[in-house]
Amino acid sequence: MNNTDISITLAETVREAAERNKPLAIHGNGTKRFFIGDLGGEPLDVTGHRGIVSYEPTELVVSARAGTPLAEIEARLAEHNQMLAFEPPHFGADATLGGTIACGLSGPRRPYAGAARDHVLGVKMINGCGEILAFGGQVMKNVAGYDLSRLMVGALGTLGVLLEVSLKVLPKPASEITLMFELPADRAIVAMNTWAGRPLPLSAASHSGDTLAIRLSGAAQAVQAAHAKLGGEVVEKGEEFWRELREHRRGFFRDDAPLWRLSVPPAVPPLKLPGKWLIDWGGGQRWIKTQAPAAEIHDAAEQVGGHAAMVGAAEGRGTGPGPAALAPELVPLHRNLKQAFDPHAILNRAMVS
Amino acid sequence: MNVVHSFTPAGLREFLVPKLRAFLPAAALLTADEELRPYECDGLSAYRRVPGLVVMPETVEQVAQTLKLCAHHRVPVVARGAGTGLSGGALPHSEGVLLSLARLNRIMEIDVLNCTATVEPGVRNLAISEAAAPHGLYYAPDPSSQIACSIGGNVAENAGGVHCLKYGLTVHNVLGLKFLTSDGELIRLGGKTLDAPGYDLLALLTGSEGMLGVIVEITVKLLPRPERAQVMLAAFDDLENAGGAVAAIIAAGIIPAGLEMMDRLAIRAAEDFVHAGYPVGAAAILLCELDGTNEEVSDGILRVRELLLEHGATEVRTARDEAERLKMWAGRKAAFPAVGRLAPDYYCMDGTIPRKHLAGVLAQISALSREYGLPVANVFHAGDGNLHPLILYDANKPGDLTRTEELGGKILELCIAAGGTITGEHGVGVEKIDQMCAQFGSAELAQFHAVKRAFDPHGLLNPGKAVPTLARCAEFGRMHVHGGKLAFPGIERF
Repeated sequence: MNNTDISITLAETVREAAERNKPLAIHGNGTKRFFIGDLGGEPLDVTGHRGIVSYEPTELVVSARAGTPLAEIEARLAEHNQMLAFEPPHFGADATLGGTIACGLSGPRRPYAGAARDHVLGVKMINGCGEILAFGGQVMKNVAGYDLSRLMVGALGTLGVLLEVSLKVLPKPASEITLMFELPADRAIVAMNTWAGRPLPLSAASHSGDTLAIRLSGAAQAVQAAHAKLGGEVVEKGEEFWRELREHRRGFFRDDAPLWRLSVPPAVPPLKLPGKWLIDWGGGQRWIKTQAPAAEIHDAAEQVGGHAAMVGAAEGRGTGPGPAALAPELVPLHRNLKQAFDPHAILNRAMVS
Repeated sequence: MNVVHSFTPAGLREFLVPKLRAFLPAAALLTADEELRPYECDGLSAYRRVPGLVVMPETVEQVAQTLKLCAHHRVPVVARGAGTGLSGGALPHSEGVLLSLARLNRIMEIDVLNCTATVEPGVRNLAISEAAAPHGLYYAPDPSSQIACSIGGNVAENAGGVHCLKYGLTVHNVLGLKFLTSDGELIRLGGKTLDAPGYDLLALLTGSEGMLGVIVEITVKLLPRPERAQVMLAAFDDLENAGGAVAAIIAAGIIPAGLEMMDRLAIRAAEDFVHAGYPVGAAAILLCELDGTNEEVSDGILRVRELLLEHGATEVRTARDEAERLKMWAGRKAAFPAVGRLAPDYYCMDGTIPRKHLAGVLAQISALSREYGLPVANVFHAGDGNLHPLILYDANKPGDLTRTEELGGKILELCIAAGGTITGEHGVGVEKIDQMCAQFGSAELAQFHAVKRAFDPHGLLNPGKAVPTLARCAEFGRMHVHGGKLAFPGIERF
């Protein structure tokens, strides 16, 4: 596998851009462009900065350069029966680690194993002045200085160019099964959340149509015992089911209506919006294909203490869960932070409104 | 940084008290010397300073008004929870206000179906689990001070505990915060959702040591209480074997709920103190707790037992019942006070290292201990490499504290050299501020200061803590110079 360090070149490019006030659009292989839209600015290609820098299975830590393909990292971990427990979506064969972390994306295991940010232990990055900085490290516990590594997760490259990320990894469960239950949405939401409050080896829960699907993970006997308690019908190829869901390849995602993502308290009953729903994250992440007006969707989410964002709308630019949907009182803090990292506002300028 | 007032402590009181009385009841203000004394230090009593005055608001609105008043007059504010911190993070400012959040102590809501608790910052860590217990739920992070420490302080310090490897630190268990900015504006972050729009300010505020805002409400995640928890005790006659056993357990794909190690001196001290039945001849013991479903634990116990024996354990015991489990833990939980009986004073360190360097770093600590003539006992979270060397000294012996601090500094530098960090869970506070100069370069420190200014432009919240000025690092003599020149040649050396 090729292994290249171009951090010095990248830092010089950023420094030069800062001097000339020239906006840069940081990119990997563009697998999440639909998610964040057009960045504008001079492209800054990070894919050349790649390779796993260190991986020690007994330390439960992997460190890799931002341009490293996610698939390469996952394959390496799998050799030692380990995994990225936040189960990141790839959205394409050549998704990179940097893009995954910058977008802060997590898969079906998220409510039970934590999000991308929960697994980040440290980063190396370039700030908007072209300085190479290192925060956090490769140890599980580290409270020296502000937690700027986690701040980079989901910041969409607006605070810095990610160079290297250290992640906590976890052992793969010895055994997994997927179970299906015929249940309408309201009862499925209650079931998922009741089970989440009991000592069961739950690792995913999703609902669409009239079907609730859950995944159990752990020691074989533990999984079997939980299955016996809960009942349900075993799904063959459960792994594929969750992968299709994670990668937005289910039939649900394949029509022309705009796609919205709602993040709500998991136990909130079904929201009254017209459209087709797909519930993930045990109720915490809800997708809807709807023609409802944006204001109505935002209101519905906010009324239950959540938030909504349109993702990859059919026509042109979608908005990710980025600065666009901010509460007004948060805007000055975001502006000040952007200024603190990128005083010339050259990094992914289009993402900052 | 830019504090412009020039009050004496008495002058501050004379100036501020009448203004505070406009919105605070008399009982919320402490001004007499004997009232101020109890606040002169937190859990790290080596550093003491009497605050200018103590304000103990009872409502969020009173906290906001206090902050607005202080911001207007540029008076420094140090927030304090239960005062159990171990890095001097709540050390008062003698010309400032010590803002105690102890009276904001209501549990607002236990949301059973969403598995969350919403509480005020003064609520004790253990009180959350007690309130959640009738629903079969609990709050996972359990610092050893959990009977006394407050959740607000836990968030400010990103507190850990013995269950971090499996259940994470505070940052992994907080879903929402309300905090007040330095000028008293209320900001809400997250809630009961699994994420929030914008930058991850929740992560940034957690562990920010009271430098960025004053936390007034917290929503935490609750977890189902495991069906079963079982602990094993393994004795080793060699530290290296014990370290090898830790790595082997992890490599086998087992994540214990707790994995704790104690060395010879700590074992003896604990045994003398609580009679936990520890093997006093051992060079090290490991306590390994597994939790989960009944089946999961049964499976794990057998595998861990085999691994321990394979890696040279001279004895492996499994607690037969809850009473025996609690007895095994009693020795570990009482380790600090037990070691405290061996000398008039002890000083607790908090470095974290990659696990593979455990044996090597312990050997070096032991060499330093001989060099300084100060005994060091080791009690630590082996699962995540978080060391707690306890240096024994006598504060009444001239020079002992100075040598202790020097030895402590060297131990932290060992941790950095091994690829670790100077603090795993206690925070930097005032205690480790010089070692921050060794952990970070000037560019990183300048970035920290820029983040601080983004929240608190006048530097009024907990001034002088957590992040050293570049000038201080220059004096400390460990200024990291990148590529032969300073990263910010033009920056003011405040």
